[in-house]
Amino acid sequence: MLTVTSLCKAVPGGRVLFQDLNLTVGKGQFVAITGESGVGKSTLLNLLAGLDRADAGSVVIGGIALEPLQDDALTRLRRDRIGFVFQAFHVLPHLDLAHNVALPLVLQKVDAHEALAKAAGMLEAIGLGGRGADYPRQLSGGELQRVAIARALIHRPGLILADEPTGNLDPETAAKVMALFVDQVREAGASVVLVTHSPVSAAVADRVLHLTRDGLVEHG
Amino acid sequence: MGKRGSLPLVAMRWMIVSEWRTYPSRTVIAVLAIALGVALGFAVHLINGSALSEFDHAIQTVSGDADLQVHATSAAGFSEALYPQLARVPGIAKVSPVVELHAQAQGHVALTILGLDVLNAAVVTPRLLGRRSDGRRDPSDFFSDSAIFLSAAAMQASGRRVGQSIDITSMGHSASFRIIGDLPGIPAGQAIGVMDIAAAQWRFGQLGKLQRLDFRLAPSADRAQLSSALALRLPLGAEIVTRHNEETRSDSLSRAYRVNLDMLALMALLTGGFLVYSAQSLSVARRRPQFALIRVLGLERRSLVAQIFLEALVVGAVGALAGLLLGLGLAAAALHLLGSDLGGGYFSGGVPHLSFAPGAAFAFGALGVAASLVGGLLPARDAARSQPALALKNLGDAIDPRVRPRIRLALLFVVLGAAGSLAPAVNGLPIFGYASMALLLAGGIAMMPWLARTLLWIFLRRPISNVSLSLAIQRLWGAPSQAALALSGIVASTSLMIAMAVMVVSFRGSVEAWLYQVLPADLYLALDDSGVGGGFDAVTQNNMRHVEGVAWMGFMKETPLRLAPDKPDVWLIARTVDGPAGGLPLLSPGLAVPPNDIPVWVSEPAAGIYGIHPGDHLVLPIAGVTPRVFVAGIWRDYGRQQGSIVIDSDTYTRLTGDARRSIASVALKKGALADAVITRLRAVLPAGVADHLSVSRSQEIRSKGIAAFDRSFAITYLLEAIPILVGLIGVAATVSAQTLARIKEFGMLRHIGVLRRQIVAMLIAEGALLGAIGGIAGIGLGLAMSQILIRVVNPQSFHWTMDTRIPWLLFAIVIIALIIAAGGTALFAGRRALSTAAVTAVREDW
Repeated sequence: MLTVTSLCKAVPGGRVLFQDLNLTVGKGQFVAITGESGVGKSTLLNLLAGLDRADAGSVVIGGIALEPLQDDALTRLRRDRIGFVFQAFHVLPHLDLAHNVALPLVLQKVDAHEALAKAAGMLEAIGLGGRGADYPRQLSGGELQRVAIARALIHRPGLILADEPTGNLDPETAAKVMALFVDQVREAGASVVLVTHSPVSAAVADRVLHLTRDGLVEHG
Repeated sequence: MGKRGSLPLVAMRWMIVSEWRTYPSRTVIAVLAIALGVALGFAVHLINGSALSEFDHAIQTVSGDADLQVHATSAAGFSEALYPQLARVPGIAKVSPVVELHAQAQGHVALTILGLDVLNAAVVTPRLLGRRSDGRRDPSDFFSDSAIFLSAAAMQASGRRVGQSIDITSMGHSASFRIIGDLPGIPAGQAIGVMDIAAAQWRFGQLGKLQRLDFRLAPSADRAQLSSALALRLPLGAEIVTRHNEETRSDSLSRAYRVNLDMLALMALLTGGFLVYSAQSLSVARRRPQFALIRVLGLERRSLVAQIFLEALVVGAVGALAGLLLGLGLAAAALHLLGSDLGGGYFSGGVPHLSFAPGAAFAFGALGVAASLVGGLLPARDAARSQPALALKNLGDAIDPRVRPRIRLALLFVVLGAAGSLAPAVNGLPIFGYASMALLLAGGIAMMPWLARTLLWIFLRRPISNVSLSLAIQRLWGAPSQAALALSGIVASTSLMIAMAVMVVSFRGSVEAWLYQVLPADLYLALDDSGVGGGFDAVTQNNMRHVEGVAWMGFMKETPLRLAPDKPDVWLIARTVDGPAGGLPLLSPGLAVPPNDIPVWVSEPAAGIYGIHPGDHLVLPIAGVTPRVFVAGIWRDYGRQQGSIVIDSDTYTRLTGDARRSIASVALKKGALADAVITRLRAVLPAGVADHLSVSRSQEIRSKGIAAFDRSFAITYLLEAIPILVGLIGVAATVSAQTLARIKEFGMLRHIGVLRRQIVAMLIAEGALLGAIGGIAGIGLGLAMSQILIRVVNPQSFHWTMDTRIPWLLFAIVIIALIIAAGGTALFAGRRALSTAAVTAVREDW
């Protein structure tokens, strides 16, 4: 699903984050990436999502190389093939839960009624059935992250990129959310790249990689 | 890989509708700003258009639907021998000779007297014929030498009815007439009297003379060829006039005034556009993380830009529609309550009907939408350029103190604006002048971030111990673009108001100074009737000069003179040019007059309208003679917008044989009492003349002149106030929005120990600094724009120049008002923002 070859990236100021980094994530594989703060985990995720450009190397998602693509093409790639889960949830405060979850489908120009119907089903699946008309500020942190997970999966992407999805949650809630996350992605058959500090979160992965200045090192 | 080309309309609709539902007041304010601007512009345009339409209709009425006319170029008229000559020209079906005189009824009511040959008028201009009071149209009444038909307006103004008598004075002659009927073909508001032509000639000293010939052409006649044929047969003192010429002449009288009012009203719309820009920019800045998210989820850049443009389009369309309806209502109310004269004095009298102008409605509506779209252009571009990854982290590119504000684009606008101000008028209108004002305004607004940072740098040179003030200055210095955003609306409206205020103060001051120059005497005596044949004769003038208490006297006569068929008449002023009664306010030293040349002095407006320069030679059609004169100088004359030409009184008498003068200026000897001198002057006047004499003290005339000036600018003051109001609402909305968006910042400050009252003080300081910067910027920009109004727009529109005068007190008031408004708004918004618990604020996502 995802192939990264000889990826190089330095930040403004000249500090090299990583050099000649390689990564392969198979279809349906769950990969966790850990590392110290500032080592470049979020930057790596941005490169995989096409939100940033590498200095050298290549990223191929579903057989499509990112480097030659312009901004619009990268945007469409994200829209159709990638789902995102953020640490800060990033649920739109002015849309109710159903519309928030349905957003990726309407971006693909799916009929609104069909999209909302699917959103209702997703909310049911994550334990928030019947609350489609509620607004984000009515939810707890854990509930918001579940909504974000539903939004990330509703359009059946092949790849999920998750940046510290439990970073803002207490341990008990984090465990429940991770369990739900794993269930949903397994059911969808999506590949996952999860960036996390949490060993508990990393433990659910098929592979755990540690990002250092020298590149990705496999754990265990 | 997904569909290209079409926009995700459903997603865009969800985003737009949810935004408006959550923040309805901001959207409403933006809509109101556009609506106000469109309403003002449309209302002013409709009022002027309705008045002009009525004015044109009045001209048509007096002209009486003749196919062609020959007019006298002066009040002296032309020989009636011309009538049979022209009647024989092939292609002429009928000619109706007309005596047309300006007269006064009952001593105070101005009206137009038409002396008609009823048999010919019945064919050529039937609408001008009268109707007897019993409803019968009996032509024989037209031949009576003491009968007159009056229009409804003439009867109403004079207080007379059918069957009563009325005293009418014209051309120095007075007579009493019996009102035998009305004029059903004359519309409301037109004071006209119609009588037999022979009676008019006899009663008002016009034997052997006519002022007009009305023609009905044969059906197969070629109008243009016939006009040329007639023109060849015309003596000096008569010219061909078409309806087009008449309408152009009347239109040109008020065109500059109407266009300038329209432009002023459009300034309100311009301010509304800046308000939309502020609102859209703030909305985009606040939604930066949302836009970043949706870009990450898969919304293309162009779709995001399209969404913002769509928001601006809807705001503009709703605002424009509301503005058109409001403008229609305003115009109807204004016409009903105030009449059509907006102070300029061009359309006084009568209540015109509202003429809806679909073309103007479309144009103003389109301008409203355009103002909103332009206001959304830059925010849309900013949103598209935003980096999604950075914006998601809420770092964004909103604040980067390392970035220096750019000034190149601003300077380009300013340079283009300055260059545009040098361009000439287009068809008599200062189009480039207004364009240069708009460019200066755009340049000034674009320069705001640089100006804010430059002004604040003064404070940063030394550390400030006060925490609140230090935070405020650091915040504004670090985010000058955000400061500029809050200020763009108020800077736009303040600068426009300052520009207008400086121009009006300068104009008023120049008019006041001019009044002192042109009114050197203590008293002014005027006879009600002027024109050839009227006024104080030479003997009376001499007697008046020798009255006890009189130091010196000057005598003057004003007669209308037509130099071009499609331009308004200029006033020919015969007056003393030497001695204490002389002294014209020349704009430059007078030229030496060549031997045997007759000198004249041309007023600024006349010089501008006719392209006359000192040293030129002119041929003037004066009372049957056509002397070639030398332009010795240009003088300032604010009293006659259509222009005037001064000729020495003795020279005028020598050329025309007319020694009568209708205006006398009287300087009193030291110690002489004005009332006593007036009584003595009345005593030396011939019998009957004293009854038509009006006496004014120079101070009264100056006061009335200034009052007329203030009246004419009353609508301008109103049009200035509206943009200020819009701008103040704008600064309140944007400062409030920016403050509320900083809730997390306030929460963090509270976490680290800054007191609530210190945060409030910081916000007040920010607001006050914004107000001060905005005031300084607005005043500076306004001063620059005022010079365009003074040196370009006014001269090109009205052919008037003036000396610049600065209203320092107004500047101080403006700055204080802005500081209070911005500081007060920040205080109010800050209290709302601080009402949220600090912990909650920091925990929130957005």
